[in-house]
Amino acid sequence: MNLKELYQEIILDHGKNPRNLKKSENFNKDAKGHNPLCGDKVHVFLKIDEDKKISDISFEGSGCAISMASASIMTDLMKEKNEKEVKELISDFLDMIKHNPELKSKNLDDNEKTKLMSLSGVKQYPMRVKCATLAWHTLTSAINNSQNETNSEKLD
Amino acid sequence: MMIENIKKQFPIFSNKVQNNDLVYLDSANSSQKPQVVVDRIYDFYTKEFSNVGRSVHYLAVAATNLYEETRTLMQKYINAKDPNEIVFTKGATEAINLVANTFGQKFLKEGDEILLTELEHHSNYVPWHYLRRSKGIQIKFAEINSDGEISLESIERQINRNTKMIAITHLSNVTGAILPIKEITQLAHSKNIPVLVDGCQGAPHLKLDMQDIGCDFYAISCHKMYGPTGLGILYAKKKWLEALPPYQGGGGMIKEVNKEGITFGDLPNKYEAGTMATAQVIAFGESIKFLNKIGIENIENHESELTKYGEEVLRRNNSVKLVGNPKNKGSVLSFTLDGIHPHDIATILDEDGVAIRAGHHCCQILHDKLGLPATARASLGVYNTKEDIDKLNESINKCKDIFSK
Ligand SMILES: Cc1ncc(COP(=O)(O)O)c(C=O)c1O
Repeated sequence: MNLKELYQEIILDHGKNPRNLKKSENFNKDAKGHNPLCGDKVHVFLKIDEDKKISDISFEGSGCAISMASASIMTDLMKEKNEKEVKELISDFLDMIKHNPELKSKNLDDNEKTKLMSLSGVKQYPMRVKCATLAWHTLTSAINNSQNETNSEKLD
Repeated sequence: MMIENIKKQFPIFSNKVQNNDLVYLDSANSSQKPQVVVDRIYDFYTKEFSNVGRSVHYLAVAATNLYEETRTLMQKYINAKDPNEIVFTKGATEAINLVANTFGQKFLKEGDEILLTELEHHSNYVPWHYLRRSKGIQIKFAEINSDGEISLESIERQINRNTKMIAITHLSNVTGAILPIKEITQLAHSKNIPVLVDGCQGAPHLKLDMQDIGCDFYAISCHKMYGPTGLGILYAKKKWLEALPPYQGGGGMIKEVNKEGITFGDLPNKYEAGTMATAQVIAFGESIKFLNKIGIENIENHESELTKYGEEVLRRNNSVKLVGNPKNKGSVLSFTLDGIHPHDIATILDEDGVAIRAGHHCCQILHDKLGLPATARASLGVYNTKEDIDKLNESINKCKDIFSK
């Protein structure tokens, strides 16, 4: 186990000063996520244009450093991406957190990759993986217009 | 038995946990098991095993006697009037469900009220909630004061003509507040209202005397009392066990069965349907003997001294905020740290072998009231020492270091 890998500077920075922590004006999609075991909550807001691009994304919520950092980094990354790219990124990130050593996406620059990989430290902490993935599952629900709250206990 | 050396009797402490000495501060969740209890389970299965109460062969009779011996040990431990007032269940959760279910069936109707407190564990709320739906009853909550305590007055304020049951915790598993259960029972009885006490956190730490307290029901969790998992106890006054209907149906709880109907068995069988947790019950007898050997007064003194020490140490640590400040407090130290979420605290402490719990501890109503999504909780048992508290404090400082970067 390695605490330094889990609590990297990027995580601590985003955890303490989350970006996009607000409710977007004129959002047209949103979804809520909840981790009943630890009480982490997230609400993701999206504004998607006619050409299916995310023109604004934000979140509200409370939780541990990992879940806040994950939501913060995710929202930073998704701006100006189109729906197809967003879905690819989500599945790439979830695969990386669960089993792949690296990200596969070609749509990320090095800086973006570094930010995302900073979350890979949770792999060694099975109880904390859900903290890192909650916002991402919730984003999927928002895009799919799912009415149900994302419940991390029901996801693998 | 010397309380200083008690750790040696718990085999878990002679093993390393991820290369660390274990600093176990999660006894409110579940306690560790002394060697005598572990051995008893092994011996029973290897040398003495049989099902109880059914056969006439040697082993069956011996097992039945051992099983009943634990009932008597428990009766004496909590000073119940009659051994048949002790019912074995699969946990405190089942004990409370048993009462809510059978009492609800027989005595509750639409508009009746159950009075709980804001300190209750989900196990003493959800079983009553079912009756909201099935019977149309209402649930009221006595409010905590700013120290996280429940006073007699806060209970009294919520009692009215419709109140049919008061169900309260003995000792809060979050703030550590010890409720005046004897006074609450006297008040309730003066208005003809029965009282159920969720004794999960009381039984492992406080001297119990059912006849003195006078409550109608008291639920106990054996795995928090240095005993095996899968076992709980419902203490109930005999008049209630006789008046209430059976909870589950099956073998062992009947008297006469034919195609037209059934008559139910006598106490305590009426509430113990099916094969019970035999090995656990027998091993739990050793937990009671273990507690008796140390003496509950000694345990109370030891734990209250440690709790005071813990409060002092944590208060001196600037960024720590203790949750609740009850005058009469059990061995629970819940806290928050400025700017660090309890889950991050728990992960960082775990790296040093310091095992605490983080979250809402099955008390969401209380956390909502306190405006805290989660808290960190260090809870003590008979084996803890001042060094454990010091290690907790050191690891808390490590959290601060990591997060100050
Ligand atoms: C106050 C309280 N009530 C009820 C329970 C549930 O007890 P059990 O695990 O025996 O079902 C617990 C334990 O988690 C508790 O702390």
